[in-house]
Amino acid sequence: MTNITRRTAMGAAAGLALAAGLTASTAVSAQQAMELRFYYPIAVSGPITKIIDGYAADFEKLNPGVKIKPIYAGDYVQTIGKALTAMKGGDTPEMAILLAADIITLTDENAVVAIDDLIKSDADKAWLGGFYPGFMENAKLGGKTYAIPFQRSTPVLYWNKDMFKEAGLDPEKGPANWQEMMDFAKKLTKKDASGNVTQWGVQVPTDGNTSWLFTGLTTANGVRLVDPEGKKTNFADPKVVESLQYLIDLSKAGVQPPGLTSWGTTPKDFLEKKLAMMWTTTGNLTNIKGNATFPFGVAMLPAKANFGAPTGGGNFYIFKNIPAEKQKMALEFVKFMTTPERAAEWSIATGYVATSQAAYDTKVMKDYIASFPQAAVARDQLKYAVSEITVHEGQRVMKVFNDSLQAAITGSKPAKTAMEDAQRDAERILKDYR
Amino acid sequence: MTHQPAADSTAFAASAAGPARQSPWQRWSGSVEAWLLLLPSVVLLATFTHIPIVATLIDSFYSTPRPNRPSRFVGLRNYEDMVADPLFWKVMWNNAVYAVGTIPLSIALALAMALFVNDRIPGRGFLRMAYFTPTVLPMIAVANIWLFFYTPDYGLLDQVLRLFGVGATNWLGMQETALGAIITVAVWKEAGFFMIFYLAALQQIPPDLREAAAIEGASRWTFFRRVTWPLLAPVTLFVLVNAIINAFRTVDHILVMTHGGPDNATNVLLLMIYETGFKFWDQGAATALTIVLLAVLSGLALFQFVVASRRVHYQ
Amino acid sequence: MSAAYRPSTGYRTATTIAAWVLGILWLSPLLYAIWTAFHPAAYSTRFVLGAPLTLENFVRAWHAAPFSRYFFNTTIIVIMIVGAQCVLCTLAAFAFARSKFRGRDILFSLVLLQLMISPDILAVVNYRTIRALGAVDTLFGVALPYLTSAFGIFLLRQTFMTVPRDLEDAARIEGCGTLGVLWRVYVPLARPVYLAYGLVQVSFHWNNFLWPLIITNSVETRPLTVGLSVFSSVDQGIDWSVITAATLMTSGPLLVGFLVFQRQFVQSFMRAGIR
Repeated sequence: MTNITRRTAMGAAAGLALAAGLTASTAVSAQQAMELRFYYPIAVSGPITKIIDGYAADFEKLNPGVKIKPIYAGDYVQTIGKALTAMKGGDTPEMAILLAADIITLTDENAVVAIDDLIKSDADKAWLGGFYPGFMENAKLGGKTYAIPFQRSTPVLYWNKDMFKEAGLDPEKGPANWQEMMDFAKKLTKKDASGNVTQWGVQVPTDGNTSWLFTGLTTANGVRLVDPEGKKTNFADPKVVESLQYLIDLSKAGVQPPGLTSWGTTPKDFLEKKLAMMWTTTGNLTNIKGNATFPFGVAMLPAKANFGAPTGGGNFYIFKNIPAEKQKMALEFVKFMTTPERAAEWSIATGYVATSQAAYDTKVMKDYIASFPQAAVARDQLKYAVSEITVHEGQRVMKVFNDSLQAAITGSKPAKTAMEDAQRDAERILKDYR
Repeated sequence: MTHQPAADSTAFAASAAGPARQSPWQRWSGSVEAWLLLLPSVVLLATFTHIPIVATLIDSFYSTPRPNRPSRFVGLRNYEDMVADPLFWKVMWNNAVYAVGTIPLSIALALAMALFVNDRIPGRGFLRMAYFTPTVLPMIAVANIWLFFYTPDYGLLDQVLRLFGVGATNWLGMQETALGAIITVAVWKEAGFFMIFYLAALQQIPPDLREAAAIEGASRWTFFRRVTWPLLAPVTLFVLVNAIINAFRTVDHILVMTHGGPDNATNVLLLMIYETGFKFWDQGAATALTIVLLAVLSGLALFQFVVASRRVHYQ
Repeated sequence: MSAAYRPSTGYRTATTIAAWVLGILWLSPLLYAIWTAFHPAAYSTRFVLGAPLTLENFVRAWHAAPFSRYFFNTTIIVIMIVGAQCVLCTLAAFAFARSKFRGRDILFSLVLLQLMISPDILAVVNYRTIRALGAVDTLFGVALPYLTSAFGIFLLRQTFMTVPRDLEDAARIEGCGTLGVLWRVYVPLARPVYLAYGLVQVSFHWNNFLWPLIITNSVETRPLTVGLSVFSSVDQGIDWSVITAATLMTSGPLLVGFLVFQRQFVQSFMRAGIR
């Protein structure tokens, strides 16, 4: 097995080199390359990695002696797991893009540094103040900023204009509120002679992380699911139950498919003309734009008491327990990645919402929105948006909540019981944090 | 070494047989040689199976380490929490249903397939390949294809059912059908693999047996029941063991197709261990669950040895 | 004379139909993959004769993820595992089959324990071990827990025990040492077992997913299966055209391998007498 011995030797050599690098890194000289490892969740397909690699190369050109090493580590859950494991193994990465909602997990693990502590100049402070407040909401904790918004998204409602026309609705106007969405959906649902539905009115995908889109309903209904400190959930609130009941009633009324509907196939359902309206992330805008064979519109999620939507997606985090020069350089990289021009370019390429007003004021963005006004809806919705569920033990609380939502949607529990169960389980999980 | 009658015919009673005709020196050097041959395998197996089992057992009595709360001995608390969690029981039940749903059906289909392609049948080579395809396609990839089959309305299954006037069904999105849909994928995956083992065994049955039976006027069914099936017993046992292991080990397709949903209707033990261990980072709970899985598998292993030593002669 | 036993036409027709129905069912995912991979996305869920053919999905899939690297990783992992298993299991099986030493039977039953309990079930602890060895996110770390196998040891031991002693003795008289006897006598006689076992293991490790998912972090170490899952993640909406193209590309080698070796494969299973 020479193959194996050689690999072991190589592994050992690499380990030594790494250890040497770590000890030497406290005194980085100009000649020595400073390596910044950057964990990136590639939950989206391939071309993205090319863009990121390109940005990294551009930054290296501007900063000789610095090497950015992106590590594409899987989806968000896998990426945080891997970044934290590396940290615990004494191999702390310099920065990562992780879920905005993971801020509490990361501070609980004492893993990330407060950005305020790295910032000195007024220019930097102005930069930090430039992001949309809706995105900063879960970048802050206990008065400190721990994250910088990067690839942020929010769900919107897409509709098929042809179907609206056919049903006698104004093709240029999406539903403004819950009642309208229900009424529109009824008109848009079509059945064949034997009573089978051939075209559904609306679809709010509910498998996987059901809670995200559901937050769009609860926020519109004027209720928050968790407190700002992330220590208390509010799942059993009557308004939460009411929101869930509305979601269930869409299926009961026969305008939305029964059971859980799939995140993955909903855009395809829409493109296949099986759906008149769908809720999904703005991250799908580029996909729909490229593949739709019909004119489509994009609207804010419908209102009840007010408009409302969750934000989602990932933020930049800089890790603790790394040399100060590296933290400083990591901050430079983050600033580089979030300049208005780059944010605009990134938004156009991916469909994510650009993170600052300045990005929307750039010429390329203005031109883009002029040619494709649907891209502005997410931005306009931001003033009504709240952060997605951000709590201690986030993954676990999310699971009990999602399970209960799914139980109610698939009819095995009434909405009220399901939400009470979720609240009880969440209380049990969070009791150690009070 | 010495000439010795082939006495060691059973796995466990060998050392008693045969008088010692070796000198102590020969025996000693023989032992050293045997241990050297065994060393790499034994070290690897111990490192990745036996020591981990012990470590898992120990960990299951300790709380999960957290940044400001180091791990401490908690006795049976992880097990008490586990037993008190309704999700644990649901997952155990699902896993039992999954096992009962996949094992007999995949074995029966494997046998049927093997019998079909053992006969002279039109397109035999093609059918053999068709049955075997699931074995070479990665589960993680075919799960996406099955996702299409199960998609409501325009998915393949619903497109076919529409020809018979059946409306759209949300196969993976309903608690009533999700587990069944997952089981179907597992049966598809396994039956083709097991078919190969049956086919190989069937080809070893001498054709004269058939002719003799025919002369005596035995019916096809009698021949199968009296001759073929008993001769296939060792294969059936082998396949059964594999089927049982797989019933507790296959989670790839569940991860892709349902993530264990809706409301845990398709959650199984190994998936729960994976989520608890690598998503919630709750080592205490994950190790307690692992011990349960180990207990189930060792119980089944024990059962298999009892059956094996009674019914089938390994030699 | 065996006319009485010749199956009735009705029976033959029934089994033929049943066999073909099963065959089509079993082949349907592959048929679907072929259809969708070679047609534009607009036809990915519609089956229309005369739909235009295209190779564009393969081009997109190939550029969407570093499949050539994934191919390389999987190949190295499989070669490491199967190669090591063939050597290590042979040595251990020989010791169990032909040597006598204190504690042999206990040791053998301990080995058999691993028949049921594979390393992925103990992932939590094994991850820690691999980390302590500094082998997280290396190809070696993916392979390490699988370098020997109770199944292989068991199978080869069964085969070795059927080898007549006389052959071994003859070889020893000609001056062979233990390894020489193993290489000249036992291994050649067990060739079908190696082939059958090897193919099962190749197919298993080519498709293994959960353990590599846990232990790899980067493109440099990820095998095809993990690469596929990252790539077919549904956050952006599922794209069956590219997924099926990727599936065909990644399982192509095994599929072709099986088509070519089908006969030998079945026959070696037959001679191996796996039971």
